[in-house]
Amino acid sequence: MSKKLLVGLLSLLPFMSPAALAADEKFVAITQIVEHPALDACRKGVQDELAERGFKVGENLKWMYESAQGNPTTANQIAKKFAGEEPDVIVAIATPSAITAAAAARNTPVVFSAVTDPLGAKLVKTLKKPGGKVTGTMDMLPIDKHLQLVKRIVPDVKTIGTIYNPGEANSVSLVERLKEESASAGLILREAAVTKSSEILNAARSLVGKVDAIYLLTDNTVISGVEAVIKVGEQNKLPVIAADTDTVTRGAIAAYGFNYYDVGRQTGGIVADILEGKAPGDIDVQGVEKLELYLNPGAAERMGVKLDPKLSEEAKEIVGG
Amino acid sequence: MSQIAFLGAIEVGLVFALVAFGVFLSFRILDFPDLTVDGSFPLGGAVCATLITFGWNPWLATLAAITAGAMAGGVTAWLNVRLKILHLLASILTMMALYSINLRIMGKPNVALLGEPTVLSVFDTLGVKYYYAAPIGFAVVVIAVAGFLLFFLKSELGLAMRAAGANPHMAKAQGINTGFMIMVGMALSNGLVALAGALFAQSTGNADITMGVGVILVGLASVIGGEALLTPRTILLALLGCVIGSILYRLAVAAALNTDFLGLQAQDLNLITAALVAMAIVLPTAKRAVFKPTGRP
Repeated sequence: MSKKLLVGLLSLLPFMSPAALAADEKFVAITQIVEHPALDACRKGVQDELAERGFKVGENLKWMYESAQGNPTTANQIAKKFAGEEPDVIVAIATPSAITAAAAARNTPVVFSAVTDPLGAKLVKTLKKPGGKVTGTMDMLPIDKHLQLVKRIVPDVKTIGTIYNPGEANSVSLVERLKEESASAGLILREAAVTKSSEILNAARSLVGKVDAIYLLTDNTVISGVEAVIKVGEQNKLPVIAADTDTVTRGAIAAYGFNYYDVGRQTGGIVADILEGKAPGDIDVQGVEKLELYLNPGAAERMGVKLDPKLSEEAKEIVGG
Repeated sequence: MSQIAFLGAIEVGLVFALVAFGVFLSFRILDFPDLTVDGSFPLGGAVCATLITFGWNPWLATLAAITAGAMAGGVTAWLNVRLKILHLLASILTMMALYSINLRIMGKPNVALLGEPTVLSVFDTLGVKYYYAAPIGFAVVVIAVAGFLLFFLKSELGLAMRAAGANPHMAKAQGINTGFMIMVGMALSNGLVALAGALFAQSTGNADITMGVGVILVGLASVIGGEALLTPRTILLALLGCVIGSILYRLAVAAALNTDFLGLQAQDLNLITAALVAMAIVLPTAKRAVFKPTGRP
């Protein structure tokens, strides 16, 4: 017991200030698999939401953040470090961090964020009242709504194409869902696989002539080099519709997207609930609530599509030229 | 550093000591720069995790992982020995192929093992705290493997293998089948690496397609770091060096994770780790230069 106290005091040493020693100080540790604009925005969202709920870093909240820099072994060590620090809540951003945190932290509540398929990752057994110590928010795309959008933009669409990296866990679950959803929407799906961003151009070209539109998921590899797909779309009058709003500002026609800052805000809400005494097992796993339509009329023109004027009225943001 | 973080670093270090043994076999004994390990490490994890989710006994699944790793090493050796492909290139080819094969085995990029039985489940039934039990369990595995390697490398076959690596021309002149020695050595080396991958996947709760990235670098850093500390002249000391090097590497990462108060941030992690490992390698040499020991036998 005294050893634990000593370790605790030593770890507090750098933060020694009257506020840090307050008895009601809460402690949140956050682990993230890699630094990446969307995931960073998510983390910022968690912090902002906590501040709004009255947990302010430096006042009554101790905040510890580690990034694994893309390395699963480091993620494992971060999870062990956090398990040893015994924070009130561990927040884990993205699937690999969430799994390692849940495996290492045996008694500490873990709130995951930006995880696409928490059931497949075995983080929770059910989405409603998951029980145990783990809950969070998932960023599964509302693919059914996205396909409706594709149909509104390209009314005579029969076949859609998508490009993804089979090495990304999230993309593989998304493509599984896309297969089901496109079948029930009466669409034929064609897939093109890439393993690195230099292969995107060829993959996009392979879809020309075979599909009526390209629908892009939130695949990290493809989105990092999405300009190649946009170029192929413009040259061949092949409409490109995206799942995330950022890709619309880069030249896709439209997206019903959410931003990761809002996902982070939602996650922060769960964290605040737990800090206020709610049991993590009683909190449902939440999907994304806020959807925004982004439109790029210039891109539509270049890809040979005439946009329904009603869409512009619905759009939250009209971008590009 | 908390006790759990410290013990966690030891635990991961012991798992990667098996990788260091493998790299020691290929890189030092056979003089074969082998990048297959970046593929055979996740191969071990993939085979083991997939079989466990199919309901296999975790021990059998781990054994199957070792076999798969040995086969991967055998393929690299075969490409080099039979098809005369340059060793470095042969190993890169196998590593590339393994990426696709690992995806095929798992059927997806990540197989979660949360809640599944693993070889570590034994500790839960013993009533010992996991944080203490896991490093002890892995230490037993490492000692057993080191004992086997010690015995093997002093056997007739092992001596022939060492000769084949040290001086292939002389070895051939003595009637040693160097091609066969490379086959056996590479299979053994990658079997060990796959064992490490299988144990790591079970300890961390999932097998991930990216878990092999940079494994060869960690293995080399451990081997070379350990050599720098011990200047080994016997096999026993070399193997001990592998273990110490591997654990020190993990302690360096753990230390790098605890440098927040210096104004260093999460994104500086790789830089700090590299600096600490470089220091660990240079320090013994610097120390010798200062103290100038005399009377070496």
